[in-house]
Amino acid sequence: MDEINNLAHGFSVALTLPNLGFMLIGITLGVLIGVLPGLGGANGIAILLPLTFTMNPTSAIIMLSCIYWGALFGGAITSILFNIPGEPWSVATTFDGHPMAQQGKAAQALTAAFTSSFVGALFAVLLITFLAPLLARFALKFGPAEFFAVQLLTFCSFVGMSKEPPAKTIASMMLGFALAAVGMDTVTGQLRMTYGFPELLKGFDFLIAVIGLFGIGEILLTMEEGLAFKGQSARISFRVVWQTWGEIAKHWKTFLRSTAVGCWMGITPGGATPASFMSYGMARRFAPDPNTFGKGDVQGVIAPETAAHAAGTAALLPMLTLGIPGSPTAAVLLGGLMIWGLQPGPMLFVEHKDFVWGLIASMYLGNLVGLFVVLTTVPWWAAMLRIPFSVIAPVIVVICAIGAYTVHSSMFDVVMMMVFGVLGYGFKKLKYPLAPLVLALVLGDMAEASFRQAMLLSQGSLSIFWSNPLVGSIAGLAIVLLLSPAWGAMQRAARRREYALPVKNSA
Amino acid sequence: MNESSEATEPTVGSRWAELATAAFLMAFALLVIIDSLRVGTGWADDGPRSGYFPFYIGLLLLASSGWVAASQISRWRQADPTFATRAQLAQVLAVFWPMCVYVALIFPLGIYLASTVLIAYFMRRYGKYKAVLTAVVGIGVPLVFFLVFERWFLVPLPKGPIEKWFGF
Repeated sequence: MDEINNLAHGFSVALTLPNLGFMLIGITLGVLIGVLPGLGGANGIAILLPLTFTMNPTSAIIMLSCIYWGALFGGAITSILFNIPGEPWSVATTFDGHPMAQQGKAAQALTAAFTSSFVGALFAVLLITFLAPLLARFALKFGPAEFFAVQLLTFCSFVGMSKEPPAKTIASMMLGFALAAVGMDTVTGQLRMTYGFPELLKGFDFLIAVIGLFGIGEILLTMEEGLAFKGQSARISFRVVWQTWGEIAKHWKTFLRSTAVGCWMGITPGGATPASFMSYGMARRFAPDPNTFGKGDVQGVIAPETAAHAAGTAALLPMLTLGIPGSPTAAVLLGGLMIWGLQPGPMLFVEHKDFVWGLIASMYLGNLVGLFVVLTTVPWWAAMLRIPFSVIAPVIVVICAIGAYTVHSSMFDVVMMMVFGVLGYGFKKLKYPLAPLVLALVLGDMAEASFRQAMLLSQGSLSIFWSNPLVGSIAGLAIVLLLSPAWGAMQRAARRREYALPVKNSA
Repeated sequence: MNESSEATEPTVGSRWAELATAAFLMAFALLVIIDSLRVGTGWADDGPRSGYFPFYIGLLLLASSGWVAASQISRWRQADPTFATRAQLAQVLAVFWPMCVYVALIFPLGIYLASTVLIAYFMRRYGKYKAVLTAVVGIGVPLVFFLVFERWFLVPLPKGPIEKWFGF
């Protein structure tokens, strides 16, 4: 068992005192980010990324990935206590979590949510531990055509699986690719689409886009809802935790189903948010009495939280092995890898074993630490939300501005952050998905490079994407996914009636 | 995003917002296509030229946003879905303008003083806090950021006359 040895080695990397410290800092910051509106996993990590440039990459990724776990945990707190999803993936948790809190079962709901998050993540990490090395070994055989085909598959699956209209998904994605192409062409040195503006030479940095789209855009969106944070308070005692564990253990089938949904949606870039909705819908359909859902059924908390956390974690699998992130947050982490000088992709498993296995080991530890931290500190976070929005909002704007500035020490970026903020608000309101934009912006240069290399090999003929069974089947699958909305439209119309979820603002 | 024609309605429809966004994307697509044509979309001696990939991206962007616009126009007779209520938009604008002013103020004042102004404005205007608490938070938060960034992480942030006066 090679993996076990590697993992043991990974634990020896992750279990040093400084790394454990970074883990704790990361989790705490992450929960804070998850609790505060306007700061989420993706933009929180984007803001903190410049501060890690001088750190050792392994410690840096451990801290940043722990921020991610923390944000996943933190989103549940606001959903359950305040009925405000701190993160998009915890929207589904509000359906049953908040009713439970109103019935005085806040502690049970929180325990169930945190435990489900932990279970979902644990299964996803196990999957990563054993599947990632295999996938990486397989991907070592990939040439440029195969890489482009996989990227095509990633983007086509967005079109095929997203709830948003396909035209808007494609538009959002193409905007990302176009923005990525601005600046100097790395192959020929030619300037593209700068139109004489020297600020555009470097192109658009995805970190700025993420801070603007998810940070500023989210604050604008939050303002619409008004600023009344009325919530329940909670204190979790050990007895309640123990009782709740006993109770939710009975729902092991829901756990398994949700984990499967989450892992699948995380590896294919469906992301945590659709995974949580899908899993909620499934749990409701399989439940003996679906009418209890929406009124405080604990399964309605377990299902979305397990799936969201499994998806969020599994999103790192394609990021590590193929260099293709499964979620916006994974995309930011991927950007971090490139900034630290590590080339994401299968070679990472060969050349940077310490890094990869340290990260995987830290996922086990980080989630365990996270579970412990959130279970013990819930009252503090709830108190944090009682700070009025008129104080929190400007502070978050300041944090976003500082984060945008520190990326390149450029005021132009801060102005661009505001532009992306408006874009993010408009896109959210009009149901353009943001994840394809961010992923295209991150992967744009890589996708273009592999496409051009493939074209060079084939002397400009697209037939290279059908030249062998491997690349042919990946490209074929991509086309199938791309076209699936067309014939799925009728089916979905029927299914929509059946699912009729009790929400409107599922953005 | 837009000012609708029906001033008596408390809500703003999404139709014009949809069209404006689609038009923006189409304009952007045209910029991409024009510049790709300039740098060359064909094949040079050493492989595809710089405009080769972006050209098709631009075409796809044009097509998809054109599709959004067309389907919007084809559904013109149907009820216009709500973009937001007027009150909501007013609230959004009420935070958006201070944010823009804040970014503009960073240029002359530096980020710390501008942050003080922003936080103080929000606290006075929306929180109705007393001057003392406003001053404590408004000065305290930027001061913490100053210590964290300039001192601890040694990341210089934009500074203005006040910081110069203190000798930074």
